[in-house]
Amino acid sequence: MISLSKGRGGLLLALSLALGLGIATAFPAAAADRVVVGSKNFEESRLLAEMFAQLLESRAGLTVERRLGLAGTQVCFEGLKSGAIDLYPEYTGTGLVTLLGEPPKGSPSEILNRVRATFLARWDLWWLAPLGFENSFEVAVPRELAEREHLSTLSDLARVAPRLHAGFGYEFVGRQDGLLGLQSTYGLKFRQVQPMQQAIQYQAAGARRIDALDVYTTDGRLVLYNLKVLRDDKGFFPPYQAVPLARGATLRRFPKMAAALSLLGGALDEDRMRALNLRLQEGHESEVVVARDALRELGLVGTSRAAAAPVARAKSLPAYLWQERQPLLRRTAEHLGLSALALVLGVLVAVPFGLWLERHRRVAEPAIRALGLTQTIPSLALLAFMLPVLGVGALPAIVALFVYSLFPVVRNTFTGVRDADPRAVEAAVALGMTPGQVLRQVRLPLAAPVLMAGVRTAGVITVGTATLAAFIGAGGLGEPIVTGLQLADTRMILSGAIPAAVLALLVDGALALIEKAVRPAGLEVSR
Amino acid sequence: MPPPALEAVGVQKIYGDGTVALAGVDLAVAAGETLALVGESGSGKSTLLKLFNRMAEPSAGEVRVAGEPVAAADPIALRRRIGYVQQDGGLLPHWTALANVELVPKLLGWEPARRRERAAEMLSLVGLDPATQGGRYPVELSGGQRQRVAFARALAADPGVVLLDEPFGALDALTRLELQRQFLELKKRLGKTLVLVTHDLGEAFRLADRIAVLRDGCILQLATPAELAAHPEEGYVRALLELREGIAPGGAA
Repeated sequence: MISLSKGRGGLLLALSLALGLGIATAFPAAAADRVVVGSKNFEESRLLAEMFAQLLESRAGLTVERRLGLAGTQVCFEGLKSGAIDLYPEYTGTGLVTLLGEPPKGSPSEILNRVRATFLARWDLWWLAPLGFENSFEVAVPRELAEREHLSTLSDLARVAPRLHAGFGYEFVGRQDGLLGLQSTYGLKFRQVQPMQQAIQYQAAGARRIDALDVYTTDGRLVLYNLKVLRDDKGFFPPYQAVPLARGATLRRFPKMAAALSLLGGALDEDRMRALNLRLQEGHESEVVVARDALRELGLVGTSRAAAAPVARAKSLPAYLWQERQPLLRRTAEHLGLSALALVLGVLVAVPFGLWLERHRRVAEPAIRALGLTQTIPSLALLAFMLPVLGVGALPAIVALFVYSLFPVVRNTFTGVRDADPRAVEAAVALGMTPGQVLRQVRLPLAAPVLMAGVRTAGVITVGTATLAAFIGAGGLGEPIVTGLQLADTRMILSGAIPAAVLALLVDGALALIEKAVRPAGLEVSR
Repeated sequence: MPPPALEAVGVQKIYGDGTVALAGVDLAVAAGETLALVGESGSGKSTLLKLFNRMAEPSAGEVRVAGEPVAAADPIALRRRIGYVQQDGGLLPHWTALANVELVPKLLGWEPARRRERAAEMLSLVGLDPATQGGRYPVELSGGQRQRVAFARALAADPGVVLLDEPFGALDALTRLELQRQFLELKKRLGKTLVLVTHDLGEAFRLADRIAVLRDGCILQLATPAELAAHPEEGYVRALLELREGIAPGGAA
């Protein structure tokens, strides 16, 4: 009895600590002069966002928070609308076709004016000064194939497509201004279409595993992999001018912001972007360094600032991890915070619900089965469902992790309490305990080991799933994994995956200790 | 004349699926008497026992404790003044022997010092050492010791009535005999009203003042052991007696 109440006290302490830690790290105090810059999950978007960020820091004196590598156009756009981010680089064609759902027709300035006016009126979102280059979708084939089959236009491609194996990016496959529209405009029918990560498309094409791929005008790897871009002879792809897209509210709060960003108006052309992108794509340099170099070349930031970041790459994985220890530590704290907060909230909801179900047995089975279905929702899909309502960042991530943590805890609370030693429960009732006393003094203590096993399962699930939170800008150890995937950088992936695995083991171990602590003394000796 | 300590008048118990557990039973137990309910499983003996502390509710008829209908009583308060012992003790596995014995006094709001003293006294009464065995958990005790703790727990708040549901059923033969001997001793010393459910007629003969033989939810015969041995009324009772004599020949009562 004594050791039980001690165990319960320890559990409470652990829960409140976890709650405090979770809140502290998942919702950092909002600084008054902070601008959040986001980007999509490819190199050019990250680079432009980093350039915006550095420019805002040096020319407008703002504190900038970076949420780079958000999972695609929808995530960035919803984040901007909800205020989770203030600014990100967007393309006019994407704004027209993907975000407004309008047909891809018009000259560059017609399209810019169209999205600018519509976004201002509908959402108070500002398309600022175009950066000076277009980055259109295009379709490329290996040069050797183009010469053999005499391909120079997309109409030529349509002729031989039934014999070809295409590898297209996930976003391209699903977009009206991507494969869908392309198929209807040119009558393109490939033998097979393989959706794949953008970063590995080039390698696949280089190795002739695929015969056609979607590329961007400014992609630095076109030359490197000896690819030929096919001319869009029917003018299908709309112009995609790169533009900083910002929240009106933020621009009004920080008047210097628009001024600083206007310095980039017309500053970049396709050749320069291809060269910069190549440094990221093949040189594996960090966007911080490449962005700083680009801004210096343009004379937009001073050269006086100490060139701090070492460009040289550490040789071994341990050395790399050591070099990255500061951000790793921050990400681990974020990761733990997200997971702990979600788990604590999950336990606070799931345990009472499990107890309620035990009293209402008839709804218990259907309810638990329905909850079990939540486990089958792919994590990314669940995160995506939450975007329109909760935006991006920590909140939707915590809600998603919370949902995942419910099932194991509800199920184990229910079965643990239901199956608690029936003879002991009968005796407790027969000797005059009230139902509440039976629950608190007999059933819950006897169910504690089973219940905690459920919490432990939920804990490991939560820590594991939290890596996906990076896709919606919630940070954590998923950040280097997501970025590493985008940049095809194995070491970067491992720098997130290894600590995440270690963290899952540690959390499991810590919860195992709690499980032992709440196990009532009389149950410790095996029968 | 004071009312019987326990009384059942025309009680029936029919379960939702139509099973008849009790098909109209009348029974009165005098204060200080030990009554054994004997029968096979399914005869209704356990159900009858549970009516007295409202662990089961009759479908028809009335059950009274000390003359008061139990249907009008608060079941929680009722159970706290009636002792109860199960077949395997039903001790709370996460409480020590002493804590188990303190259970009802604690529910009744006794002072901690008083109930601790009482629990120690009760353990001594059933032949356990409170200082050493009192601090042990049920899993650390033998089956016989656990059953002694269960007796001590049932007696701790000094109830007038103790209900016993096959209290010796799970014990080995030697332990059972030893505990039955002690039961007789306690019975004489404490003068409680005891209702004992058993399927063992020999046990009933050794321990009870009167015996009720049940079959299919009816009381076939209710008599003292001597009367039962001398004048068995039904073929079933006679068969039971012959069976008993075949196994354990010996005097009745």
